[in-house]
Amino acid sequence: MLFRPNPSSGVPIYLQLMEQVKHAIETGALRPGDQLPGMRPLAEELVINPNTVAKAYRELEHEGVIELRHGAGAFVSGTAGSTTKVADKVRAGQAIVAAAVAKLRARGVTDDEIRRLVDAELSGRRTGGHGG
Amino acid sequence: MAEPLAIETVELRKHYDGMEALRGLTLAVPKGSIFGFLGRNGAGKTTTIKVLLGMARPSGGDARVFGLAARDEQASVEIRRRTGFVSDDKELYPYFTVGEMVRFTAAFYPRWRTELEARYLRAFELPADRKVKALSHGMRTKLALLLAFCRGAELLVLDEPTSGLDPAMTEEVLQALVSHVAREEMTVFFSSHQIAEVDQIADRVAIIDRGRTVVSGGLDDLRERYCRIQFVFDGDAPEHAFRAPGVERTRRKGRVLTVTSSAGSSALVDEARALRPVSIDVTPIALKDIFLETVITEEA
Repeated sequence: MLFRPNPSSGVPIYLQLMEQVKHAIETGALRPGDQLPGMRPLAEELVINPNTVAKAYRELEHEGVIELRHGAGAFVSGTAGSTTKVADKVRAGQAIVAAAVAKLRARGVTDDEIRRLVDAELSGRRTGGHGG
Repeated sequence: MAEPLAIETVELRKHYDGMEALRGLTLAVPKGSIFGFLGRNGAGKTTTIKVLLGMARPSGGDARVFGLAARDEQASVEIRRRTGFVSDDKELYPYFTVGEMVRFTAAFYPRWRTELEARYLRAFELPADRKVKALSHGMRTKLALLLAFCRGAELLVLDEPTSGLDPAMTEEVLQALVSHVAREEMTVFFSSHQIAEVDQIADRVAIIDRGRTVVSGGLDDLRERYCRIQFVFDGDAPEHAFRAPGVERTRRKGRVLTVTSSAGSSALVDEARALRPVSIDVTPIALKDIFLETVITEEA
């Protein structure tokens, strides 16, 4: 399956699910009109709380990423990521990341260290890169 | 809060000759939640469950299940009728076979769910003619769960449901719980000291320590609020008493100042800017760390 949240990461599970749905749309794994797994089967499959799945779906609907049709289930909405530009941009980015990761590994940097480097880079930007 | 509650305790107290097991425990378990009740051994989890089910009388405070007072004997019968309970020792009759145990239990409950019984006997692969005493610990747990599921209870109270189970069996039990809750309208209240399983299936938690609630709320909300912020300085980290709300713990070590916050990071980061750190790192912290921080801090 496409989704695999990590309950012990400290990041809210509904946010992880939302990110994973959006990522699937950005990479083209899910396209506009595609049906998402039902809330109950998804909760059962991932062994996570059904309320958590419901919350992720509600928030995704609120953001216009998916549509919840009564009785029929959840669908990727027509506008979500429909600009192929987004998908292209992400695919190109993926190639850059893949190359960078390969380079770092070749230098003996471990995967955990790579993850921390990326996180630090991103959070540095989030906090405004102050104090430099 | 308009949310209807399945369980509510206010300032609950219980002492057994001289020993204070509960010292003002406050809990709110909304209907329809899977509520993880976390605490170390001896924190008061089992005592709380006993009070809720009328097996022990509170020394003070209030405990209600479905809005009914647990200390009232008649109300307590009603509470037990509507609640499925699986005790820590999975109490069953050892000389019964699985089939006899199921039929014996079913006879007590007019709302017994025959179709669920068939489904779970199959799903749990329980041999109907095996004697209970010959079942493995995992099998016994599954039988106890089946009996609780099939009585058509609105509330399941599980005391350490996965204690002593191997990881595969634990996953199977969690799976059964999630899928049962997804299909039936019910509330699950389970005590545990296995943080990973609470992390996985609960949407609400309470962490208790020595008879008191130290943290409680929606699990995703806690994950959002709790974080660790690490500041690195050019020289030794300054001594600074933060005014920002939610500072749970501060540690200084050399050039590094680490703060655990229960109220997000932005106020803290804003305040710390004046101290001119060279780097600021915000990381989420897991339930396990929240547990360790809150429970151990209390000890100090």
